[in-house]
Amino acid sequence: MLAAQITALWDSPRLRAWAGQALLLLLFVGTLVWLAANTVENLAVRSIRVGFDFLARPANFPISESVVPYSPMDSFAWAYVVGIGNTLMISAMAILAATLLGLFVGLARRARHPMLSGVAGVFVTAVRNTPLIVQLLFWYALATTALPAPRNALHPLPYVYLSQRGLYLPGIEWSGNGWGFAAGTAAILVAAAVLVRRLRRRGRTAPALPAIAAAAAAILLLAWTTGIGAAASLPELRGFNFAGGMRLSPEFAALMVGLVFYTAAFIGEIIRGGIDAVGRGQWEAGRALGLSERQTLMRIVMPQALRVIIPPLTTQYLSTVKNSTLALAVGFPELGLVIGTVINQTGQALESIAILLAVYLTIGAAVSLLMNWCNARTALVTR
Amino acid sequence: MSRPKGEFPIMTMTTAIPAAAADGPPKRRRTPILQILFGDLLAAGLTVMTGALVLALLPALRWGVLDAVWSTADPGRCGAGGACWAFVAAKIRFILFGVYPADEQWRPLAVIGLVLAMVLVSLPPRHWGRRLLTAWGVAIGAMLALMWGGFAGLPFVSTANWGGLPVTLLLAILSLGMGFPIAVTLALGRRSKVPVPRFLSVLVIETIRGMPLVGLLFISSIMMPLLLPAGWSVDKLGRTLAALTIFAAAYLAEVIRGGLQGVPGGQMEAARALGIPVWKAVWHVVLPQAIQKVIPPLTNTAIVMVKNTSLVLIVGVFDMLSAARTAASDPVWPAPYSESYLFVGAVYFLICFAISLYARWLEGRVQDKDLR
Repeated sequence: MLAAQITALWDSPRLRAWAGQALLLLLFVGTLVWLAANTVENLAVRSIRVGFDFLARPANFPISESVVPYSPMDSFAWAYVVGIGNTLMISAMAILAATLLGLFVGLARRARHPMLSGVAGVFVTAVRNTPLIVQLLFWYALATTALPAPRNALHPLPYVYLSQRGLYLPGIEWSGNGWGFAAGTAAILVAAAVLVRRLRRRGRTAPALPAIAAAAAAILLLAWTTGIGAAASLPELRGFNFAGGMRLSPEFAALMVGLVFYTAAFIGEIIRGGIDAVGRGQWEAGRALGLSERQTLMRIVMPQALRVIIPPLTTQYLSTVKNSTLALAVGFPELGLVIGTVINQTGQALESIAILLAVYLTIGAAVSLLMNWCNARTALVTR
Repeated sequence: MSRPKGEFPIMTMTTAIPAAAADGPPKRRRTPILQILFGDLLAAGLTVMTGALVLALLPALRWGVLDAVWSTADPGRCGAGGACWAFVAAKIRFILFGVYPADEQWRPLAVIGLVLAMVLVSLPPRHWGRRLLTAWGVAIGAMLALMWGGFAGLPFVSTANWGGLPVTLLLAILSLGMGFPIAVTLALGRRSKVPVPRFLSVLVIETIRGMPLVGLLFISSIMMPLLLPAGWSVDKLGRTLAALTIFAAAYLAEVIRGGLQGVPGGQMEAARALGIPVWKAVWHVVLPQAIQKVIPPLTNTAIVMVKNTSLVLIVGVFDMLSAARTAASDPVWPAPYSESYLFVGAVYFLICFAISLYARWLEGRVQDKDLR
């Protein structure tokens, strides 16, 4: 009787499924616990203290360039913020530039012009089939060994110098409350844009010129109240190096060139694929209506192609953010390099890697959300 | 037959249908090349622009070919405005084999040859099957045995001395080969109807895909000694391989999931109706069809993984790229970094471009099959 009951239980598919799941979960949790126990023991043997209190200590290592101000006296936490800032900056700049270049490459590959499509094809094939890190190292080697020393710097335009020390451009030196001014300017521009849109929606013709004039006047007033001052700063050779002006380091230049070229080659293929996916009839219909080739592309084909383009483009943007970690191969201080340095200096590997994970998963989620919103806007509305 | 122009009798007009017309629509008139290049303002502008771009690249040609030093025993002759290919020629053994003992370098060379032979054998789809899989297993075992040595009079060489192209190839093959079964498990788990395997698969796949490979390599090289019990030690190459394997598994899993989604549900239902148990149906009916569908995207993942092996340089594994970088830092030669990276890039290009050509050929075959 009992044996029969046990057999019946064993044969019950629901029970078997539950038992299997419970076993799987137990196995997973058990492995995690085992790894954690090993870690605790190993940390104790090596007398490493775990905790985030090291974040408040001064970092004591230099970061060569950053978007947010930094000095070695600042804390480890601030060093991480600097790394995140640099990662976001290079990712954003690379994505923007690569999208523009990629659009051009994608269109060029479809062009009837044989030279143009040929050059674009060679570019895409060569760039896509070599590792990004090799390309980055190559550009960095070019920037640091093939260019002349500062004394013989290339000098294509007045006040533009290209040498092993980087690219020097005329810059503007700000004085006064820079952050307040920047924030105020952004607020004024947003307000002006919203106002113009509102007026347009009400059917009035937008007073473009007065709006621009009013915004300019407001910005000038803001500059006067925040005491902002601007002075042109021109690079000039002093001793063995340049002084003044705006400097783009060889690391930054190599990283940008490498990342933009690599990403643009992939984006170009995505855009080409998207345009190819739109039926030929759409082009023919556009021509039949008397639209020009460009109008057909921009008004008829592109909006439909975007539906195909946006999902793989999202993936590409995400991998660009992740690819920016390769900057540590050329020594540009983004998050990966900062984390590597902190681990070397403090031995706080667990905490640093947790931060790395958290930051990249957050960025990934943010980009996905943004692009899903874009996707929802362009998707085909069906009832 | 000659006839004066303009005097076609009506009879021949109706009977003599031109041969071409029977074959299909009339041929499109080809646009003359000059009209394509300079037909309108836009075309002319593009021609001038691309022409200027190509002209601007001419100095690179001069540097790389005309002014280059192709062979010399004297490093001093390099560095006079041309590329120093003589350096690559002189250091080729170091770049390809790293610090592997010089007398034993026929072993990594044999490994490269073995990889090449196995790849060639695997190209025609009619060779695919269980026997080929076994052959790959045996070949990989033979490669590792050759590299390690320590038997039949071959001196033992520790992984610390492995380097160059064999390491690159082994990392790519092993990470893909070991990642594949994990990927199938993860993909099946993600498609599962019960919550626990689905949740765990999604967790693993999305965490790994959300992380840069550099982060994963950091974790494996720094954290693995902490995570494992004190007695267990995995060397640097093994730790890197673990990271690459997990990474490949997560990406392969998403590709395989795409294939699983492409198999119609009726296949499973039919198998169940015949009384085949779920797991057998998955193994013999659903999986083979799913994997067949995703072979072209799988080759894409293979290219990505070949390129990704170059990242191991960051954690100090001596692959081809690190070997080239180390070679270029030799103070005797005038810092030929660009040449070294160009050479390494060319080797990667050959491998990846060959895979992508093969993928295109396969895809064409699949399409032909579908049409039939």
